[in-house]
Amino acid sequence: MKPVVIIGAGPAGIRAAQTLVAQGVRPVLLDEAARGGGQIYRRQPANFKRSAVKLYGFEARKAKALHQTLDTLREQLDYRPDTLVWNAEADALDTLHEGRAARIEFSRVIVATGATDRILPVQGWTLPGVYSLGAAQIALKFQGCAIGERVVFAGSGPLLYLVAYQYAKAGAKVVAVLDSSPFSAQVRALPGLLSQPATLAKGIYYRSWLSAHGIPVHQGATLQRIDGEQRVRSLNWSDAKGEHQLACDAVAFAHGLRSETQLADLLGCEFAWNPLNRAWLPQRDRAGRSSVAEVYLAGDGAGIMGADAAEMAGERAALAVLEDNGHPIAPQRCVQLEQSLTRINTFRKGLEQAFIFPEHWAANTADEVMICRCEEVRAGDIRQVVREGHWEINRVKAHCRAGMGRCQGRMCGAATAEIIAGESQRAVSQIGRLRAQAPVKPLPFGLEVES
Amino acid sequence: MIEVDAIIIGGGIVGASAALFLSKAGRRVALLERDFCGSHSSGVNYGGVRRQGRPLSQLPLSQRAHEIWGQLPQLIGIDGEYQRSGHLKLARSLDDLRALQDYAASSQGFGLDLQLLDRTELRARFPWVGDVAVGASYCPDDGHANPRLVSPAFAQAARRHGAQVHEQCAVSAVEHDGQRFRVSSQSGLELHAPWLLNCAGAWAGRLAEQFGEAVPMHAGHPAMLVTEPLPLVMNASTGVEGGGIYARQVARGNCVLGGGQGFALDAARARPGQQAVIEILRQAVELYPFLEGAQAIRTWSGTEGYLPDRQPVIGHSSTQPGLLHAFGFAGAGFQIGPAVGQALTEIICNGAPSTSLDAFSITRFHSISVA
Ligand SMILES: Cc1cc2nc3c(=O)[nH]c(=O)nc-3n(C[C@H](O)[C@H](O)[C@H](O)COP(=O)(O)OP(=O)(O)OC[C@H]3O[C@@H](n4cnc5c(N)ncnc54)[C@H](O)[C@@H]3O)c2cc1C
Ligand SMILES: Cc1cc2nc3c(=O)[nH]c(=O)nc-3n(C[C@H](O)[C@H](O)[C@H](O)COP(=O)(O)OP(=O)(O)OC[C@H]3O[C@@H](n4cnc5c(N)ncnc54)[C@H](O)[C@@H]3O)c2cc1C
Repeated sequence: MKPVVIIGAGPAGIRAAQTLVAQGVRPVLLDEAARGGGQIYRRQPANFKRSAVKLYGFEARKAKALHQTLDTLREQLDYRPDTLVWNAEADALDTLHEGRAARIEFSRVIVATGATDRILPVQGWTLPGVYSLGAAQIALKFQGCAIGERVVFAGSGPLLYLVAYQYAKAGAKVVAVLDSSPFSAQVRALPGLLSQPATLAKGIYYRSWLSAHGIPVHQGATLQRIDGEQRVRSLNWSDAKGEHQLACDAVAFAHGLRSETQLADLLGCEFAWNPLNRAWLPQRDRAGRSSVAEVYLAGDGAGIMGADAAEMAGERAALAVLEDNGHPIAPQRCVQLEQSLTRINTFRKGLEQAFIFPEHWAANTADEVMICRCEEVRAGDIRQVVREGHWEINRVKAHCRAGMGRCQGRMCGAATAEIIAGESQRAVSQIGRLRAQAPVKPLPFGLEVES
Repeated sequence: MIEVDAIIIGGGIVGASAALFLSKAGRRVALLERDFCGSHSSGVNYGGVRRQGRPLSQLPLSQRAHEIWGQLPQLIGIDGEYQRSGHLKLARSLDDLRALQDYAASSQGFGLDLQLLDRTELRARFPWVGDVAVGASYCPDDGHANPRLVSPAFAQAARRHGAQVHEQCAVSAVEHDGQRFRVSSQSGLELHAPWLLNCAGAWAGRLAEQFGEAVPMHAGHPAMLVTEPLPLVMNASTGVEGGGIYARQVARGNCVLGGGQGFALDAARARPGQQAVIEILRQAVELYPFLEGAQAIRTWSGTEGYLPDRQPVIGHSSTQPGLLHAFGFAGAGFQIGPAVGQALTEIICNGAPSTSLDAFSITRFHSISVA
């Protein structure tokens, strides 16, 4: 019998595995990372000995619970860390583990691939010392090191205050936090946010903590440019009062998160434009079933909803797998999970209002700004192709290579789409969707192949 | 209703170059492309612009194409990254080397100027080639280009010369009323013309069948892969006798490799598939050892039409006057495409092509029953 396979050992994947094991199913759990936990509960290398509270703060309890779940389940799972899924075909996944390629056929697959930062480039963002917010957090969580000695955090989204707080707590000098969303947006968003008071309280806590510790927090603040020769030396930002300069040696920035959807795409799932995420997302029903019978979706990989929702969605998707395999499942539990997910979604809508997408980013981005750093494509190059009459994103990519490089558009795709939409005067939902192509991440020549 | 001299179905390099040459000759042309011009085979192919290795019957046309490629910037306004890097066909066995020698002998007089290299000469001139190669045949003026840029540029150039180019315009019905063709598109266009050019690539069989001359064409999906940019090493485009794998390096440093077959996702889209990709990654390091440890960053495929004899159909319909076919290029139509467009133009403007197309007549399938 072909196994049930789960891709991703984050909150969604681990809870899915647990739910399956509870019913006597032995799933295969594939994860690119060396140790399970996913993004938020990323584990430090085995020889690092920081406490959970130190690493995960408020979330220490949840992190420990999730890690323990995985550790206890280990014997009942076919858990394969360090295993990249680089391709998917009708009923098989192609993996790479320590330079060896292998293929695994599945009866059903739960895709729980999580998210990465959404990057909106500014002049100078390719200088050494500039990181995404997520990468800055990974440096801290995983390696226990800061990205610089005087760090500015910029952009928007819940990670902005969280990571700034984590840095300050860890003893790094946080020069300032530049939040691109205006304060008024956050006030407007309050009703939605109140649906998850505990989460909201944490957000408010991080911000107040930063202010109380004398760290300047600016709202309606746009990062204009980053300067330096060998690495970051200073940055310019602006708000209603004018343009300002800050000296710093590192910058962490991002505008929220974007789902990792390539595997769902390769698996043939139908996608739809999702205005809340401002992205094309694989369609899923409330239980996590995709448009393809054997494919289920859970967690941030199919729409950003955060770690708590990921745990629930993982469990819910696994219940759907069990149900579709003819196992008896508890309907009340399904209803309960779906209701909680709906509540979180309301909160999520509030967050999106609070950390509003900077609609003017494309219009304000100068031609010289590098958009696709893998292929060195600047905003002006993309605009030039649009002026030649192209507007469909895959077509624009074919002409100027934006999104064609190493990251396959995972980093630059969102920004490229915004530039194309701006220049062609179309809505960003009307320029098509960047098609996924294998390999999801680079694949080495000379690999060995498992028969 | 649009009245023109010629309607062309398909905006690949074949249809677009026909549109360009016809408009340059003063004909009113409408080019109808279901998707975007040059977004199928013509835009996603490997980019090999080679004559070497073609059947002798294709060489006169291929030689004409070679001249057209030499004029590319004047013709389409961009260089399309076309370079005459030379094409090196490698032999992995003495039998293969003999086959290369035979080809070099029989293709003499077609202007290929092939040079045969034994193992020592090969090592000396192309030290980056792996030890598995025992010799090679080198065609100094063959080369490669960027299909993503070249093929759409043919359509753009046609437009600049007055051709109507309709993209996202799938032809849904074709009739002949005894005088001329009436072509309608899904988008609601209605066009009339005395000439109709069937340049619909792997999808051209439908129209041929409608006019009572079905062909045994099937779709194939060559698998392609590209590396991250690497230091410049390959000073020639390469292939191997017997097929299997081919590779070139672009000025930016990326190596483009092809080999094996992928699979169709649906009628219009294809993927390279894991098997072909892994096979390329394995074989490549034997032939091109410098690739060991390099990373492949992207793979893709396309949809190409193949006839059983791997030769195209080019020229008159045998059942419907005014209908011209040009399809079934079997993975080798990028180089020859512009010459095909030119030959079709000569048929319309001069009554006959200046290069014989007899070998490519659709009538060669008339005795074959098509399942
Ligand atoms: C860098 C970063 C930091 C974050 N920090 C926080 C935070 O502090 N607080 C918070 O509330 N939210 C945070 N988030 C949001 C986070 O996405 C969710 O809270 C939560 O981690 C989602 O859980 P998940 O199970 O859906 O995905 P993830 O936790 O992202 O887990 C996905 C897993 O899938 C694996 N994977 C992905 N693709 C492949 C592949 N092709 N092959 C094999 N394995 C694959 C990954 O290695 C990963 O382990 C962060 C997100 C990012 C990107
Ligand atoms: C992966 C790959 C690698 C290759 N490598 C090489 C190489 O290195 N060198 C070489 O010389 N050749 C190569 N080839 C072959 C070459 O690309 C093709 O032979 C050539 O591009 C064919 O051109 P075309 O215009 O006939 O077809 P296409 O480019 O396929 O154009 C046909 C067009 O017709 C359109 N169409 C179909 N039906 C309709 C309709 N009803 N209405 C409107 N439009 C329609 C399609 O959308 C399509 O754009 C390769 C092919 C592939 C797929």
